[in-house]
Amino acid sequence: MSQTRREMLLDPLVDNNPITLQVLGICSALAVTSSLKVALVMTIAVTLVTAFSSMFISVLRNQIPSSIRIIVQMVIIASLVILVDQVLKAYAFEISKTLSVFVGLIITNCIVMGRAEAFAMKNPPVASFIDGIGNGLGYGLILMLVGFVRELFGSGSLFGVTILETVNNGGWYVPNGMLLLPPSAFFIIGLLIWAFRTWKPDQVEEREHKIQVVEAH
Amino acid sequence: MEALLSLAVKAIFVENLALSFFLGMCTFIAVSKKISTAIGLGISVMIVQAITVPANNLILTYLLAPGALAWAGFPDVDLTFLGLISYIGVIAALVQILEMVLDKYFPPLYNALGIFLPLITVNCAILGGSLFMVERDYGFAEAATYGLSSGFGWALAITAMAGVREKLKYSDIPDGLQGLGITFITAGLMALAFMSFSGVKL
Repeated sequence: MSQTRREMLLDPLVDNNPITLQVLGICSALAVTSSLKVALVMTIAVTLVTAFSSMFISVLRNQIPSSIRIIVQMVIIASLVILVDQVLKAYAFEISKTLSVFVGLIITNCIVMGRAEAFAMKNPPVASFIDGIGNGLGYGLILMLVGFVRELFGSGSLFGVTILETVNNGGWYVPNGMLLLPPSAFFIIGLLIWAFRTWKPDQVEEREHKIQVVEAH
Repeated sequence: MEALLSLAVKAIFVENLALSFFLGMCTFIAVSKKISTAIGLGISVMIVQAITVPANNLILTYLLAPGALAWAGFPDVDLTFLGLISYIGVIAALVQILEMVLDKYFPPLYNALGIFLPLITVNCAILGGSLFMVERDYGFAEAATYGLSSGFGWALAITAMAGVREKLKYSDIPDGLQGLGITFITAGLMALAFMSFSGVKL
């Protein structure tokens, strides 16, 4: 093992972020970010599921026949997601209503499957657990950033606490309604990727088509 | 009939799985570089979606819903908590069966779609379709319509996206936005365009 545990935990935050670099788990990242509270709950749920599923799959990795490994992984992940879903329904019913189908969709969240397949099948349980937490946090980082922008400028509040007093309540801030609508999440993630890649130029993708300057005669 | 037609239009345009619920985004972004592959994937998703949503609807009605097991002599059993695991099981099994049937009886189609079929099991649009069906209490006819039309909507979105991306690769894009970044922004603009369908009622 060349990586230390610290690297394993911190690497997915920026250098190898699941959303901006590995292109995994985008579906839910976009849909649940209109308020910070929901984004936070989703982050916790995904981190827990990724960490524990990676750990269990890693424990079983020598017993699972490779021809049926996808089904086995699915069953483990689905059982963990059912647990999360039931806990949310019992203790945070309002939030579970807002998240609606997206809790169930953690099953098909590519981060969970991707880490199980790429990391947990080859590494010991503790390392897999840490890798799962790291990737969950990397996913959560993007979710919180997008959620922050969308909630602050879309409804003038953070975690439901008013920061910018809106015009409707007699304040001065005119909320940008578009940020509460789905398409805004695409723009914010697109711009975040731009920012990340300007900061870390080695993440920039190769051009498929080079533009050449033709000398004028 | 009119209600079903209106449901179909809504599922294709207004509540497009890809552009307003962001389902199946991973494959949507990864496989939309060429129109031909995008159409292949779109058609496979449509077929699988049209089969799994009604199939899961039957499973819910006759096996999982509270009181559904009355025919077997267990009127008090409520198995809805097993929903998630059953739906994903049905999806994985159906994709596998579809793959074998296509391989045996329709080899040309299998060769065209083959590589995409395993990808579909983990496509959130498929599981999402089934979960929306449960959440909105669709009956069997509605579930069948919803499955087919939401799959069609997804196929339409990915084909359009591939069309835009094929042209886009000739443009001069800032380095940091190259690839993934500009794809997201394009998808955002398309989502805005699809939103203009909201309010269309039949």
